Amino acid sequence: MTSQSPILEISDVSLVFGGVRALSDVSFSVQPGELFSIIGPNGAGKTSMLNCVSGRYTPTMGSVSFKGQDVTGLKPNDRAELGIGRTFQNLALFGHMNVLDNIMVGRHHLLKNNFVNGPLYWFGGAQKEELEHRRFCEDVIDFLEISHIRKATAGTLSYGLRKRVELARAVALRPDLILLDEPMAGMNLEEKEDMARFIIDLNEEWGMTVVMIEHDMGVVMDISNRVMVLDFGRKIAEGLPDDVMANKHVKKAYLGEEDDDSDEDEQVA
Amino acid sequence: MAGFSLRPCGDFRTTYRQDTRIFDTTYIRNAAILGIFAVAMIPFVLDGYYVNLFIQISYFAIAALGLNILVGFTGQISLGHAAFFGFGAFASAWINNTTGIPVLLSIPLAGLMTAAVGMLFGLPAARIKGLYLAIATLAAQFILEDFFARAEWFTGGSYGAAANPINVFGYEIYDDFSFFYVALFFLVVMYLLGTNLMRTRDGRAFVAVRDHYLSAEIMGINLTKYRLMSFAISSFYAGVGGAMYGHYLGFVSAEGFTILLSIQFLGMIIIGGLGSVKGTLMGTVFMVLLPEVMESGVSALSVFEWASSTAVTDGLAYIKEMAIGLAIILFLIFEPDGLAHRWQQIRAYWKLYPFSY
Repeated sequence: MTSQSPILEISDVSLVFGGVRALSDVSFSVQPGELFSIIGPNGAGKTSMLNCVSGRYTPTMGSVSFKGQDVTGLKPNDRAELGIGRTFQNLALFGHMNVLDNIMVGRHHLLKNNFVNGPLYWFGGAQKEELEHRRFCEDVIDFLEISHIRKATAGTLSYGLRKRVELARAVALRPDLILLDEPMAGMNLEEKEDMARFIIDLNEEWGMTVVMIEHDMGVVMDISNRVMVLDFGRKIAEGLPDDVMANKHVKKAYLGEEDDDSDEDEQVA
Repeated sequence: MAGFSLRPCGDFRTTYRQDTRIFDTTYIRNAAILGIFAVAMIPFVLDGYYVNLFIQISYFAIAALGLNILVGFTGQISLGHAAFFGFGAFASAWINNTTGIPVLLSIPLAGLMTAAVGMLFGLPAARIKGLYLAIATLAAQFILEDFFARAEWFTGGSYGAAANPINVFGYEIYDDFSFFYVALFFLVVMYLLGTNLMRTRDGRAFVAVRDHYLSAEIMGINLTKYRLMSFAISSFYAGVGGAMYGHYLGFVSAEGFTILLSIQFLGMIIIGGLGSVKGTLMGTVFMVLLPEVMESGVSALSVFEWASSTAVTDGLAYIKEMAIGLAIILFLIFEPDGLAHRWQQIRAYWKLYPFSY
């Protein structure tokens, strides 16, 4: 895996808001096909890190490169075209659209029809194109098991379903790298199991590289290939899940100074 | 099942093509086509007064659809729609008078010109939102009004501009009777285009920008481009509507395109339903017919002894004006989603009768 060139490379990224250093000199790289998790206590800068990758924030210092191309200065929509998709921690669906249209928005950069031949629908090939992409969206809907709600208005759905629709929307982009910001927050056990299965399938069957922020340590340790730990904007550990779990800095960050107790419960969340 | 449908039992869709049709069922589609034919009979059945009303409805409805694309679908506010409507009227007259391009062609050309102007005034939208954008578009309203009064080469200044009648294959359309069909044609075509726009890529992008612009950007939508495009398309519709208005009256004067008309356009789409194509049409019909209905209501009152005194008749004239304001307020309170939503609920009621859900 290490022989390949990384799909995502973060070098010395710092992010400063006024006097607050949200991120300080964070570097890491993600290999193609990896399932990479970022963990850390609240306010550690995990979402800021993801925002730097998806383009919401531009890092104050350092660079972000995707597939060998420097994307540090690119706008989010350009990064989406390059193949970065993401979901949000706080739901960000298009509330008044139905689920299907939400997912079709994910196809935006792959669709060619525009304000000229779109209105001419039947004559400019727009209909044909829309129906082709609809087929793909239906595959995504099928995969995420949301076919029963495809015509429901997104804003009326339950939390767990909205999370799933949001994942569907990001998958419809057909990204090479998908960023998931707390995909399981607020879910019950059953929904979490489903979501974990979807993430593994995305990674293994759909071939997407996954970067995930998650607080549920059980899930993170079970499904991640590698884990990075942030604390107060600094990277304090990176490596295989078990190694990270045993790291004394990590224990300190999560549990405080007393880290000599060896049999303590590691299910910290 | 989530996603309530008004389709009758047993009407299943088996292809994606069926599922993306404009009308829910073939019955509704046939009813709509029949409706268009019924409307086309108006000049034969009803007198000129109604034909005139219909023509008014059609050019206002086209312009209002433009405003709804901007306000209802893209979520940007505009207080300058009447100015774009007026610009279209002048532009079409100007194109036709200076270059001799036939009116039927100069109307869409005027639409394109208005789109360019709309884009220019939409530039602030790339940066500002909400109330601030409303003020920026208000500036467009006043700048353009001033332009109409001063640019004599374009508008004829305070004298106004003469607009030639529409000429179809050498047949000049002077009277309401034939203009009615031109208006109907434009209305149907523009509404079809609008409907199609909203069910394809760029229409979805507009709604995405409205509902959640941050995630729209993450999904690959260029915000600046779509905000500007929304202004352009909105102005295009305003321009086409305005051009029809100009050629219908035969004369365009700068006085007609005040902020009051802009507010009326907003009233149409709020009453009809923000973000609904058919609601736009309903709202326009409502706004055009309301004063007329009030008028006839007032004249019906005059059979009573007490209503014929001057004090009462003067007061009744004001009631007509106030009714429009009252209608908007009542709609905001009782039906903020507009007539389109009410219509949906009426349909649901009949579908589900005697149960409530």
